Amino acid sequence: MTTTVEPANAGPAKAGRAKAEPVEEELPAPPADEEDIPVPPGAPRALLRSLLGPHRARIAVAMVVILVQQAALQSGPLLVAVAMDRGIPALREHDSGPLIAVVAAYLFCAVLSPVLQWAFIKISARVNQDILLDLRGRIFRHAQRLSLDFHERYTSGRIISRATSDIDALRELLSEGLQELLTVFLSVCYISVLLVVLDWRLGLASLLSLLPLALIAHSFRTRSRRVYRRSRTAAASMIVRFTETMNGIRPVQAFRREKANDAAFAVVNQQSSGANAEGFLELARYVGLSRTAANLWITGIVLLGAYLVTEDALELGVLTAFVLYLRRLFDPVDQLAMFLNSYQSAAAALEKIAGLLAHEPTVAEPAEPAELPQAAGKGREVSFERTSFAYRTGKQVLPPFDLLIPAGQTVAVVGATGAGKSTVAKLLARFYDPTDGRIRLDGVDLRDLATPELRRGVVMVTQESFLFSGTVAENIAIGRPGATREEVEQAARDIGAYEFIAALPDGFDTDVRKRGGRISAGQRQLVAFARALLADPAVLILDEATSSLDVPGEQAVQRAMRTVLAGRTAVIIAHRLSTVEIADRVLVMDQGRIVEDGSPQELIEGSGRFAALHRAWRDSLV
Amino acid sequence: MTGSLPTLTAMAENRQDHAPATGQRRSTVRSLLRLWPYARAVRGRLAISATAASLAMLSTLAVPVVLGRIVDGPLAERDLDALWPLVGLLLLLGLIEAALFYTRRVVLSRPLGRLEAAMRGDLYAKLQRLPVSFHDRWGSGQMISRATTDMNAMRLFLAFPLVFLVVNSVTFLAGTALMFTQDWRLALIVLAPAVPLFLLTRRFESGYSVSSRLAQDQNGDLATVVEESVLGIRILKAFGRHRSMAEHFREQSHLLRRTELRKAHLLANLWAVIVGLPEIALGCALAVGAYLVAHDELSAGTLVAFLSTALALRWPVESLGWLLAYANEASTAVDRFFEVMDEPEPENPGVATTLGAPDGIRLTGVRFRYPDAPEGTPDLLTGIDLHIRRGETMALVGATGSGKTTLTALLPRLYETTAGSITLDGTDIRELPREKLRELVAVAFEEPTLFSATVRENVLMGAPGADERQLASALATAQAGFVDKLPAGADTEVGEQGLSLSGGQRQRLALARAVVGDPPFLVLDDPLSALDVHTEALVERALREVLGSTTALVVAHRPSTVLLADRVAVLADGRIEAVGTHQELLRDCPHYRELMSGEAALLPEGPFVPNGGHAR
Repeated sequence: MTTTVEPANAGPAKAGRAKAEPVEEELPAPPADEEDIPVPPGAPRALLRSLLGPHRARIAVAMVVILVQQAALQSGPLLVAVAMDRGIPALREHDSGPLIAVVAAYLFCAVLSPVLQWAFIKISARVNQDILLDLRGRIFRHAQRLSLDFHERYTSGRIISRATSDIDALRELLSEGLQELLTVFLSVCYISVLLVVLDWRLGLASLLSLLPLALIAHSFRTRSRRVYRRSRTAAASMIVRFTETMNGIRPVQAFRREKANDAAFAVVNQQSSGANAEGFLELARYVGLSRTAANLWITGIVLLGAYLVTEDALELGVLTAFVLYLRRLFDPVDQLAMFLNSYQSAAAALEKIAGLLAHEPTVAEPAEPAELPQAAGKGREVSFERTSFAYRTGKQVLPPFDLLIPAGQTVAVVGATGAGKSTVAKLLARFYDPTDGRIRLDGVDLRDLATPELRRGVVMVTQESFLFSGTVAENIAIGRPGATREEVEQAARDIGAYEFIAALPDGFDTDVRKRGGRISAGQRQLVAFARALLADPAVLILDEATSSLDVPGEQAVQRAMRTVLAGRTAVIIAHRLSTVEIADRVLVMDQGRIVEDGSPQELIEGSGRFAALHRAWRDSLV
Repeated sequence: MTGSLPTLTAMAENRQDHAPATGQRRSTVRSLLRLWPYARAVRGRLAISATAASLAMLSTLAVPVVLGRIVDGPLAERDLDALWPLVGLLLLLGLIEAALFYTRRVVLSRPLGRLEAAMRGDLYAKLQRLPVSFHDRWGSGQMISRATTDMNAMRLFLAFPLVFLVVNSVTFLAGTALMFTQDWRLALIVLAPAVPLFLLTRRFESGYSVSSRLAQDQNGDLATVVEESVLGIRILKAFGRHRSMAEHFREQSHLLRRTELRKAHLLANLWAVIVGLPEIALGCALAVGAYLVAHDELSAGTLVAFLSTALALRWPVESLGWLLAYANEASTAVDRFFEVMDEPEPENPGVATTLGAPDGIRLTGVRFRYPDAPEGTPDLLTGIDLHIRRGETMALVGATGSGKTTLTALLPRLYETTAGSITLDGTDIRELPREKLRELVAVAFEEPTLFSATVRENVLMGAPGADERQLASALATAQAGFVDKLPAGADTEVGEQGLSLSGGQRQRLALARAVVGDPPFLVLDDPLSALDVHTEALVERALREVLGSTTALVVAHRPSTVLLADRVAVLADGRIEAVGTHQELLRDCPHYRELMSGEAALLPEGPFVPNGGHAR
């Protein structure tokens, strides 16, 4: 059995580091943010305004409709009274006119009220759904716009929870809450007026009760705000844990994590439902307190009224009517509780959403996009000018460097893990912006290019080979959405992926998430390549894009690259030196610096690191 | 996005796979009854809550009576002494009412929280134990929406609508009885709409259930799109496709909007009928009643009493609309919940605790096809016979897509073989409890997944009993020296919620996880793919020692990995084509030669044409 040769052993390595010393590692990206991004003051309110704004007219119509509907509904008892007082005596006199008129009016209201109710539900549903559609879209688009460094910190689960459970909270408020609030408001106004008209002293005394009620509601809001914030956060961490388990189900089962996970999930699960229960308790407390206050008030008014009656300052009948109406003033307390409940929950959700939406991408779209000059050939020139990169924490990954890659050149970047190769690639792909200096594409700063223009110029294939649900053809077509089937198949053929795709149950139409659509890691990388070929960019970056390919697969890719890359500018990052064979030029990186630069031949014949690496690699081959 | 991401038909199809055909849909009540095992625990509280709500309603009805007494008695007679007890009674009733309102909610809040947590916990536990093939079929977005939106719908239903369905029905029945005692003719008129209402709500229910189920599924699909867009963010960014993805999302959310509007439409119709019909009947009753009174066939007082009773029943009847909507949503949510819970868990009859003679891993006539593969597709593995001797390391080599990874998944029983058997030291893996089997067989997957936990926890997952020394040695084997440089060393949180490590770093931790605690059987799926040459060499050297003392199957793509093994098995066309040492196979097996070196030469000598570029 042949043994592999230690690279550091094999040649007079420049730096002469100890042989077994572990490679210098790139420090991972800065730790995840604690819980959430800060919410700028006023952002939730502004968000709400901007959501409601476009629907102002329809909201107004809905309000008028519900106003008239309530009037029609409330007039029922009134009409009954009229029928009793006027209609029946008239009928006794054989004059059926008044009764017919009243009954007709009653029937009219009986028809009008449901029709208006129907209209209100339709209008408000449309408004609600449009708002939700708008907000969902905003969250989604914004999450897509945010830079990679953000996605590396803010877990996918949390974004999912913003777009699902937080939206749910808002949906609840919109679908039930607003109608409740409107009817509560209307009935309070209506009855208040009635009370004051009946007797202004008692009326005003009754209206005073709104003061303690408002205080109680206010205290509820303050207390429950805290609870609901916690509830949103707890829901998010529950979702994070949930998605993590489901996405990693193989290792979960293989490493018998089920029980440990059950326990860990129970913690977040209980926190989440505990916070919900807490909110529910606050609500109970609010309802209990405000009912008590209202009923105390009623007793007080009865006493006051009784006093006035005994003093002959009030008619008995007025007091009776008054007390009956007074109770109806407080009826909506319960409804209001429902509203406040969904309101608080939605407000907490809106706050989280507003925080996400207010977070600006660090890699921003240019205010005034520039255009790339007409390219002479297929490729474009890339230049790094005093470019440096450091993490937010200040840890420098790449010290300032200059690099010019002429149009059409294929450059291989090699070096140990953490030498900064991937960072160079990510800067060129504008996943990150450099901390200092700039990167130009045919003379234009990358930061001045709008995304579509940038992606016509630069495309990157990463070692990650995620497939979206859908067919294989659709996954390849991500490279160029308008591509015809022939172009998709040609791209697959060019990269040597055609055979295996054609052999799938439904060929190119095989759904990758379903029935027999299991595609191995190597095959996924081929799909990723085909996607990149289809995109037909001027500059192609391959970041460890062949790590899971076997030797024949890699060779097929290389053959394809030779023809496909001709004329294009390419930056290839690879652990495997086989890739270097197709390069015009090799850069060796170490600790963020380019330490060797030359044609493969030159470097192989030299005595540097690359020569050593190359020997080691050749020995590792058959 | 023009067809390059999943089409809508695909989504619809997706649903057809899972959702029971609407024709066989359970009735709302039968679905809701399935909640009983969970609701059992809170049945006492539910009863208290319903009683409190009913009593509150009674006290609400009693207040006008007391007020009437006050007016008729003490006030009319100007007898202030008699006023006090009645006012006291009024106050008492008010306080009781407030207490009942409070009680109705308070008794349910924590128990319902616990119920929700229990259901969600069970769902989570169940999902963890369902076979991997189940997870292959279902998007995790569908599972998330079950764990969140659906749970919420069920909890809400138990909190309010269920109690009110009971209370309002009781009120309605009591009111109806009262109306009949007052005047049966008028009562018949008022009740006339009951029959059409009943029929209409039945129709509404079936229509609404379908829409509500569709909306829940579409919610799940939406969650899936969000999830994929975040997981695939690098690809979308690399190709500047976030707009197309957003377009796709927009289409999906428009579908949901349409369903929600359809729900609103149905609800609006129901409300209109539920509010309208009784009102019209009441109008008729008013006319007839007035006529009867005018002709002295009915007293005015009775008519007033009758009409006030009828008006008081307005709310219980009207509320039926949203109560039914809630009930329907809860019932479809219950259906979705039990769709998962009813999924059979893999049986686990294994009781063997010890292995037999040291025989290593033996695969005999192993055939496999994915359980969800369409009819008529040939088996992926068509009779694997392979013997890995105790202590031996076997490399598994095969073309991309030949089934290597699939084969490795059979050993820890992540998938079940279709036919044939696998034995570990002579014991069939099906005779071992899964737990035990997975303890014996440690795996490093092609895609190294770390969980949100510390490095230590992530590695020690492989062998929960392992100590600090074993941890250190596993990390050393995997050349994971970078761990020491992490902010908190091995106690640094990694995974989704912690530090994001590079692919190579993750792979090394996954490798450490597999080798920790010296497992007797080791399965490594292309364990070095993301490592650079230098690190790879170091890992190989260290790994060789570990492999010396264990029986291992190592999937290999490259010669360097193959060299870890004592022998190599070549997988082709679902069978083991050849087994031998690296050198033997190079000599005798053309397919192997091709896999290891490519068809043509040993080294594809490309023309090295240095170009003018250079670092400045």
